Amino acid sequence: MPLTPAILALNLASLTQSLLLVVAAGFTIQILRHWDLSSGSERQLELERRTYLIATLIAWVFGGNLLSLLLFVYNAEQLSTQFVGAMCATGVLNANPWGWPTLFLKITLFFAGAAWLILNGVDNQAPDYPLVRPKYALLLLIAPLALAEVTMQALFFTALNPDLITSCCGSLFSPEGGGVAAEVAGLDPAVSLAALAVSGLALLATGLRYWRRGRGGRLFAQLAALAFGIALAAIVSGVALYVYEHPHHHCPFCLLKSGHDFVGYGLYVPLFAATALALGAGLIEVWRSTPSLTAIITHQGPRLAGIALLLFGLFYGFSTWLVLRSNLLLLGTN
Amino acid sequence: MISFLRRQRYLLEYSLSSLARRPGKHLGLMLVYATIVFLLASTLLFTQSLRQEAALVLAESPELIVQRLLAGRHDLIPASYLEPIGAIRGIGERYGRLWGYFYDPAVRANYSLMVPREDPPAAGEVQLGAGVARARGLGPGDYLSLRSARGEPFSFRIASLLSADTELVSSDLMLLNAEDFRRFFDFPADRFTDIVLRVRNPVEVRKVAEKISLALPDTRPILREEILRTYDAVFGWRQGLVFILLTGALLAFVIFAWDRASGLSGEERREIGILKAIGWETGDVLRMKFWEGAALSLTAFLLGYLLAYVHVFYFSAALFAPVLKGWAVLYPDFRPLPFVDGLQVATLFFFSVFPYTVATIIPIWRAAITDPDQVMR
Repeated sequence: MPLTPAILALNLASLTQSLLLVVAAGFTIQILRHWDLSSGSERQLELERRTYLIATLIAWVFGGNLLSLLLFVYNAEQLSTQFVGAMCATGVLNANPWGWPTLFLKITLFFAGAAWLILNGVDNQAPDYPLVRPKYALLLLIAPLALAEVTMQALFFTALNPDLITSCCGSLFSPEGGGVAAEVAGLDPAVSLAALAVSGLALLATGLRYWRRGRGGRLFAQLAALAFGIALAAIVSGVALYVYEHPHHHCPFCLLKSGHDFVGYGLYVPLFAATALALGAGLIEVWRSTPSLTAIITHQGPRLAGIALLLFGLFYGFSTWLVLRSNLLLLGTN
Repeated sequence: MISFLRRQRYLLEYSLSSLARRPGKHLGLMLVYATIVFLLASTLLFTQSLRQEAALVLAESPELIVQRLLAGRHDLIPASYLEPIGAIRGIGERYGRLWGYFYDPAVRANYSLMVPREDPPAAGEVQLGAGVARARGLGPGDYLSLRSARGEPFSFRIASLLSADTELVSSDLMLLNAEDFRRFFDFPADRFTDIVLRVRNPVEVRKVAEKISLALPDTRPILREEILRTYDAVFGWRQGLVFILLTGALLAFVIFAWDRASGLSGEERREIGILKAIGWETGDVLRMKFWEGAALSLTAFLLGYLLAYVHVFYFSAALFAPVLKGWAVLYPDFRPLPFVDGLQVATLFFFSVFPYTVATIIPIWRAAITDPDQVMR
């Protein structure tokens, strides 16, 4: 394991986050067993107070998770100098089988956390806290994900074995190793960009309908999840080519580098935030028929969808601009 | 949205005024906090600049160095090896280098002696690195006397000193011409220390190295990228080591922060009680405390980082330089290039703000759930 501060920080952060989640899960079990809002007992009072602690812990865990996701990618980018054949984060994540699963788990945790916080926000607005049981049950499902993430990340870093020469007085010529970064396989850019446009339009249509009429929230969330996947595929197979102005450079991470004006942040930040909001809106729609929540969800759902639409709009607008401003010609002629 | 922001602003205002009311209590914590950030940031900034410096220096070095091995040790390479190497396609330029080390008992330090390829000094003259010149108290025009490999005294006139810009690598350097070098070390005439190669196409470097190790099995090719990678790893490792050593201090800080946050004074308890009695909710108290922590963290973080920046870039990291630079007698006097990096700031955040926050969550929650009647009774 390369003993760099960033790796130590990532392991420390993940470990602390999982510990906090385990603590929260412990409280959660008590809440699931003994929660009874109608009771005025000492225990119920204690449980109500604990809900504040859990919400604060979870908010911090997911806030920290977002930062550690960024640090993880950034760190993989920096480590690339230490691996033969790795030119950016892709090569480092390919260095052993744990790299990509760790990244995907971090992303999943980010979405799960955001959706949980939205659910919690809605529940706290209702006087009778109708979602206490489902939301804490959901938390019990998220906790194992965090434990998997910390284990996976530790495995990834432990198994990293840079092909080194030993300091000043010796070097072994390293034979061509297997660590050559596998180029992310791309679809046909025409197909992926068309899919991006179609999914974007469908998303905007359902989102507008939900925003204005309050109908189709779940469909909007499902489409957002689909559009998220399509958007990532389109970035890798299409948009990236236009940014690099190179028909075979597919890397989703080089976009974050200064050499490409950090355009990746302009793509990923709105895309991830919009998807998280849309998923949250879809999740709360499940409880629309609960009497004390109907009014809150009728107001909150479309509001979240509105912000999500704005962010999706930013993402699609920015992607289009990146393709249009590029000097690369892939589809037809100008 | 606007009402949300306004609410946060009022909470922040309240937190700041609450902090200002009890400056003594928070000053101690702030100092410890800033010191932790200072220690960690100094390590990061300094090592990162060393790494950059090494990369800058190596950017101009040859792509490939070929050394001869004898019984697993580095041996002098015959000049005749230049010929078979020349037959390999893709090599732009190749030449033998003469360099070595000399232990000077007078200052108890090692010098690096080298024959420059271009503009070597005239016979009997040398160019000296700043470190050697400082150690011996010499300047241009003075004479440097050393004992050669045969035990004979050798006097070199110092033609000039090497530029201070490259001191990190030239501090202990002594440049002389090939004849003087061979006579001084009693170095065989048909040998070089090693051979360096320029490869036109960077993609071919590995292939060329592979061909060399096949054609001349008693040699080992060293790639520039491998040297760079080793520097990267070594400096990263040293950073990590210092961080691990600082973990003890970090833990002490976390316990201190926890203790501070849980030891609320009677006055503070009463304050929270009054706030709740006039209508604040537990969530509001939590938010207020969050802003208090954020203000404290941000100030300590900025203060610590700023101090580290000054320490590293204006005082050449006087406190840590010996550990992080390496172990040598002739320390280069070097001024790192100032810069700020996102990865570092994020790493520092996880090593300082994150533990502080985690340590204070539970005490803050305990304070926030206080019943008004309990404390005001």
